[in-house]
Amino acid sequence: MRPSQHFDGPTMVAAADMTTLPTSLAAAAVRDAARREWDVVVIGGGNAGLVAAITAAEQGCRVLLLEAAERDLRAGNTRHTRNIRCAHNSPDPYAPGKYSVDELLGDLRSVGGSPTNPALAVLTASESESVVPWMETHGVRWQAPLRGTVGLARTNRFFLGGGKALANRYYRVAEDASVTVLYEARVANFDFDGRRCHPIVAGVGEEEIRIRTRATVVASGGFEANLAWLKRYWGPAADNYIVRGTPHNDGSVLARLLDLGAATRGDPQGFHAIAVDARSPKFDGGIATRLDCIPFGIVVNRDAQRFADEGLDIWPKRYASWGGLIARQPDQIAYAIIDSQAMGKFIPPLYPPMRSDTISGLARTIGLDARTLNSTVSEFNAHVDRKSELNPGRLDGVMTVGLEPAKSNWACRLDQPPFFALPLRVGITFTYMGVAVNERAQVLNTAGNPMPNVFAAGEIMSGNVLTSGYLAGFGMTIGSVFGRIAGREASRVAA
Amino acid sequence: MSSDALLAGRLHALLLNSLIEEGQRQLTICNACRYCEGYCAVFPALELRPELRLTDVTHLANLCHDCGACLQACMYAPPHEFGVDIPTVMREVRESTYVEYAWPRRIAATLWAHPYATLTMTTIVGSALALTTALGLRGGAALLSPHNQPGAFYAVIPWLAMVIPAMVASTFILAVLIGSVTTYWRSGRGDSIDFVNPKAWTGAIADALSLRYLKGGGPGCPYPDDERPSGARRWFHHLVFYGFVADFASTVSAAIEQDLFNRLPPYAPISVPVVLGTIGGVALIAGCSGLLYVKLEVWKLHRDRPSPQDVGFLVILDLVALTGMALLVFRGSTAMGSLLTVHMGTLFALYFTLPYGKFVHGAYRFAALLRNRIDEMRADSGSALST
Repeated sequence: MRPSQHFDGPTMVAAADMTTLPTSLAAAAVRDAARREWDVVVIGGGNAGLVAAITAAEQGCRVLLLEAAERDLRAGNTRHTRNIRCAHNSPDPYAPGKYSVDELLGDLRSVGGSPTNPALAVLTASESESVVPWMETHGVRWQAPLRGTVGLARTNRFFLGGGKALANRYYRVAEDASVTVLYEARVANFDFDGRRCHPIVAGVGEEEIRIRTRATVVASGGFEANLAWLKRYWGPAADNYIVRGTPHNDGSVLARLLDLGAATRGDPQGFHAIAVDARSPKFDGGIATRLDCIPFGIVVNRDAQRFADEGLDIWPKRYASWGGLIARQPDQIAYAIIDSQAMGKFIPPLYPPMRSDTISGLARTIGLDARTLNSTVSEFNAHVDRKSELNPGRLDGVMTVGLEPAKSNWACRLDQPPFFALPLRVGITFTYMGVAVNERAQVLNTAGNPMPNVFAAGEIMSGNVLTSGYLAGFGMTIGSVFGRIAGREASRVAA
Repeated sequence: MSSDALLAGRLHALLLNSLIEEGQRQLTICNACRYCEGYCAVFPALELRPELRLTDVTHLANLCHDCGACLQACMYAPPHEFGVDIPTVMREVRESTYVEYAWPRRIAATLWAHPYATLTMTTIVGSALALTTALGLRGGAALLSPHNQPGAFYAVIPWLAMVIPAMVASTFILAVLIGSVTTYWRSGRGDSIDFVNPKAWTGAIADALSLRYLKGGGPGCPYPDDERPSGARRWFHHLVFYGFVADFASTVSAAIEQDLFNRLPPYAPISVPVVLGTIGGVALIAGCSGLLYVKLEVWKLHRDRPSPQDVGFLVILDLVALTGMALLVFRGSTAMGSLLTVHMGTLFALYFTLPYGKFVHGAYRFAALLRNRIDEMRADSGSALST
């Protein structure tokens, strides 16, 4: 197989692992895929790729979907999502009130400054209105907003059972619409004939095949799981990052497109990261690894010093800022320290908190300098009103006085043993940089011209719309809107 | 107790504990995730328990209706390293509580462990007893002749020989069930005060009668095809349950006919006992066969072997209904006597295994639904769960 290197990226070919070898049935499907002439090949079987594949198949196209993961772990980071943000004009049981296109655009601007391509942002917001009925037509079920996410009730819709349930439904719809799905299929290369992409070279299990297609939709996600690539911007610190999603988002297809002259959009250094439990798996830990306890105590670094305002804002804003904060600390590690009055006031953590009856004991348990931690806690306590009590329901305005850095809400003494510590690391969710596209979802080259039969949807092109910051559920909106556009336009090219 | 029995008891306790601890490990992941909140009562109930105790795990296990929707939706399901499979671990914990709280526990454990052998043996023993009774008290001629007069069945087996064992067995079964579920109830968070709350009772009864939590949050449960939710399992279960109720009502109405109005069976085709019995019998046969079919399909599709206790219970219930219906159809013929002894045999097996087989799930499930209603009412009123 031809390994393709880019940005110190990993080879793009599946390891010849006995457990990932396709069965003879799968091998026959692989050979069949190589024999046939496809109208549309979709690379990546997450939300955007599935929507594109379904849309193209419903236009009568012969569609092949290449999914990098094995079947049981399919659908990339869509598996870890749970809601979508769409504009709507009238209330229904799953989304009360109204959420206008303009309000959605305003929310988008408020989190990340102005979009790289304002026209595509407007397109995404206005198309989002028809996404909900499209999803319902394709059998997606909703549920009431989850507990603790009431703030999202009007703007976001929650999938019954979350993103994997949504993806299961889409795979079923795709297969019913005669989309062929190949699992463990990693795209190694595109052959370009001038500006048009002709065959795609893919490794499926141990076999390498050339796939003939008229149009290609790239929906293979970002490069957040490629630590070597992240190191270009973050140095050795990136080794300490935990990747919250699929290990398959290694950016290999993105790298290949950039090699072939695709223009980029979005900040290459930009990523979205939160604080996760340091004991989480290196990859794919998802939502369960996030820690919600930060506002209810203090956070110290390796040197047992506080470094940021723990009480700045409520979930989910507070939750999204801590990844970047911890990334800038020595060894990219931090510890949330709470006392017994905070226990039970946040979502129970995945791993049990470390505990001790004294601050010194806690410091020894987590391996921090006991004297420094004691003085950090005493100093914090000395700057807090003695009588304050934790009030987790709202920004309570109870703040430290004369302390640097300040804690601007929920400033409450840490004095009720036992004390608890939770180790925190950077949990990277997604990267911003991707390929540039036009309003037809065609990939643009560095000269600004579209590649006529190469389309992109989802995280790989979200940098056209989302430049920085984070808007809950909006990644799914971009994927659904551009999945539909890419599927429709690809089928036009193929016709 | 012998040292063997002590050892067996300790092993059982160890196994149960490790099962519950595995349930606790998995549910801790669920409580940090919460995506499955919309499927059933288990996940909202879990969220009310930030500090998850072992007894909470057994409560949630009995609240779980095994619809399977959460497993399909779980990004942490195997082969993910978290290895979350809530329906399986809940089933294992639940089934061990059936043995743990039963009386006498050793008999329960043995019968539970060997459902097919138990059912086969008890059917044979029951039929043999019926046959012996018939031959001993009425003779072979009565057994093999057609009977059409009032009291026809009693010409083969005397009424008292049917009623006395049935009454004794029913009392025993009821006592064991009440005892088991009471022990189970007390092992959880103690809420004896709320136990008699009428609102909780009506709510729990409605939840049970509608099988509210077997809907997979709306679209149905992923049985037998894990990608196509359907109502099949819920409707087949309804047929079994309401068929059982109709047959019970048929028996009660027959007793009323006989004892209050002195009208002896067999009853006319258009009479309360026969119509109710026919509806119940047909529903039971359809429901049991349907559930067996669904379970075998699951086996075929996913190699998920159905639990022998489930299959055993469905088969014996199916057989009781089938022999009962055959008895109705052929009650005027020479086959009636033989059919009656076989029907009595299947009934004997059903009765014998009721407190130690799948049947008990109804009692535990209802207790869990009741506790769930009480917890919901407490949460709504803002007070904490009792400790």
